[in-house]
Amino acid sequence: MIDYYQYPDLNGHFEQFGGIFASETLMHCLKELSESYQKVKDSKAFQKEFHNDLAHYVGRPSPLYHAKRLTQTVGGAQIWLKREDLNHTGAHKINNTVGQILLAKAMGKTRIIAETGAGQHGVATATVAARMGLKCIVYMGEVDIQRQAINVYRMKLLGAEVISVNSGSKTLKDALNEAMRDWVSNVDDTFYIIGTVAGPAPYPEMVRDFNSIIGKEAKEQFDKQVGGLPDALVACVGGGSNAMGLFHEFLNDETVHLFGVEAAGHGMRSGQHAASINDGEIGVLHGNRTHVMSDDDGQIIETHSISAGLDYPGVGPEHAFLNLKKRAKYVLANDEEALNAFHLLTEVEGILPALESAHAVAYGMKLAQKLEKDKHIIINLSGRGDKDVHTIAALEGIEV
Amino acid sequence: MNKLDTTFKQLAKEQKKALIPFITAGHPHPLMTVPAMHALVKNGADIIELGMPFSDPMADGVVIQQSSEKAIAAGMTLSSVLDIVSEFRESNENTPVVLMGYLNPIEKYGYHQFVETAAKAGVNGLLIVDSPPEESDLLSNLLKINNMNQIFLIAPTTDKKRQMFILSKASGFIYCVALKGVTGAKSLEYDDLSKQISSVKSISDIPVAIGFGVKDVDSAVAVAQYSDAVVIGSALVQRLDDCHDQQDIEKAIEKFIKPISEAINCRSDKLQKQ
Repeated sequence: MIDYYQYPDLNGHFEQFGGIFASETLMHCLKELSESYQKVKDSKAFQKEFHNDLAHYVGRPSPLYHAKRLTQTVGGAQIWLKREDLNHTGAHKINNTVGQILLAKAMGKTRIIAETGAGQHGVATATVAARMGLKCIVYMGEVDIQRQAINVYRMKLLGAEVISVNSGSKTLKDALNEAMRDWVSNVDDTFYIIGTVAGPAPYPEMVRDFNSIIGKEAKEQFDKQVGGLPDALVACVGGGSNAMGLFHEFLNDETVHLFGVEAAGHGMRSGQHAASINDGEIGVLHGNRTHVMSDDDGQIIETHSISAGLDYPGVGPEHAFLNLKKRAKYVLANDEEALNAFHLLTEVEGILPALESAHAVAYGMKLAQKLEKDKHIIINLSGRGDKDVHTIAALEGIEV
Repeated sequence: MNKLDTTFKQLAKEQKKALIPFITAGHPHPLMTVPAMHALVKNGADIIELGMPFSDPMADGVVIQQSSEKAIAAGMTLSSVLDIVSEFRESNENTPVVLMGYLNPIEKYGYHQFVETAAKAGVNGLLIVDSPPEESDLLSNLLKINNMNQIFLIAPTTDKKRQMFILSKASGFIYCVALKGVTGAKSLEYDDLSKQISSVKSISDIPVAIGFGVKDVDSAVAVAQYSDAVVIGSALVQRLDDCHDQQDIEKAIEKFIKPISEAINCRSDKLQKQ
């Protein structure tokens, strides 16, 4: 049996995946960050402050909720929802930003930068920066700025400067490039808060660790409410931070099946999707080796998903590794399935999921149908759907 | 011996600095790159650095990034970059050509196939921005077998211990980044630069090139005092951006590169004598 907790190695490798594929201009910042992170990881004082903030600022623990009506409607295994949507700012993203900003403070950095796609990570970063009184700059693709106007305004209210990125596809990947450029130009005072389990080491490990509270709580809550371990975990995967956060605590529990749900967009045959593990190839993007979506010449291509948060042409290297080891299975849900799941969950449970999380709900329901009633599935409800109401209304021809 | 080594030996004998212009292959148009390379040589380039366009050039500034987008949109691919080098070699056997780019297109092309095809095309060195020495074992070995050099960067933030590590892996020349930032960024701090170069020189005899932030005759002359070679990229790429035909390209290169090439040798001599 593999001990999954021995990864990554000292250079950030999950076997062939991960690593540091970065320009020399970044190596010093990455090393400084790694060393500082390793220190706080083992520091009782830091961990105490982090958990204190999670409890009293984020509002943790988030409930593990037995979705009885959804279970009945689907017919099959018991469906449980890990309610990350109830966190402050409405998604799991805040777990990571609360952790990273404490690290920034410990390192004496005064300027915070971040990239954002849907705007959830941007809002979560602007929120903690406001709380700490630190200057915050958020890079966001021009296309995303247009489709996520409310989050842009939220960031501005929080005092962040939102910089529009109009290079490349003008989306998340380009915002990440631009944030990296800012970082190398302002290394002395700047801390870069990456929002997912991608990027060069130590980011995949660090972002996973800060989010691993999700799985730790879920394990305890499940044991208390049901007893033992759940049979399966389901989470959506763009970069993959909410999924890693839920999976990590269960990696060595082989009886627990792990399912990462990638966005199949308009369908796999259309080519318009964001399923890097299912349809991408091994390559190098944003500082790590992983599965990437690129054309025949190795140029990174534009992806599509109805949810901006899954619309990313790469995936965290640890997911690539779990896929290689067959520890987790990476499955698909398309735009339509996600929308149907959105409506069903809203109607039968009174919970509006984020469109990202609706992908997990869509697959979770399929899985539940195939299993007996005495089985238990935990779906990570990584965020709430308020931010998507406009998108959904527009799809249905309704003006809000 | 590799062409890069021969070139630097020859220049050292003549007590001259090497001028290394950078252009993006396929920019402003794929058909203009070979004529541009010849024009660069005619106007004093000693080595040519040719950018392999990539969709996500993280370490580059806006000028090189936009030139890459244009080149890709015009149909430039990794294999057409190699075709350009082959075509250039039909009438120039001696000027070393270094390819600069990012790893993903090579991952896709295949390491073995890429290095072998590049060697056949007449490429002499490779600088892959997002492949630091720690991650470069496979590439390094293939380059060695094919008698090509691997060029690495040293940044202002690279400490002495790491400089030693990088220098132990580098060949051809070492590329010192003159500032904290991306290619084409603004101001240079000559004091810091001078310290960085002395440190590198105390470790290794490998020729030192300075780039990132060199943008005109004055900055080129200033950095030439400390180095064996000057790389000029963004400022040149920017000047080629509005060129519409071969004649435009040749004019722009003559106007911009010739004075720099003349100045880095005669004016830095004078500065050193003072």
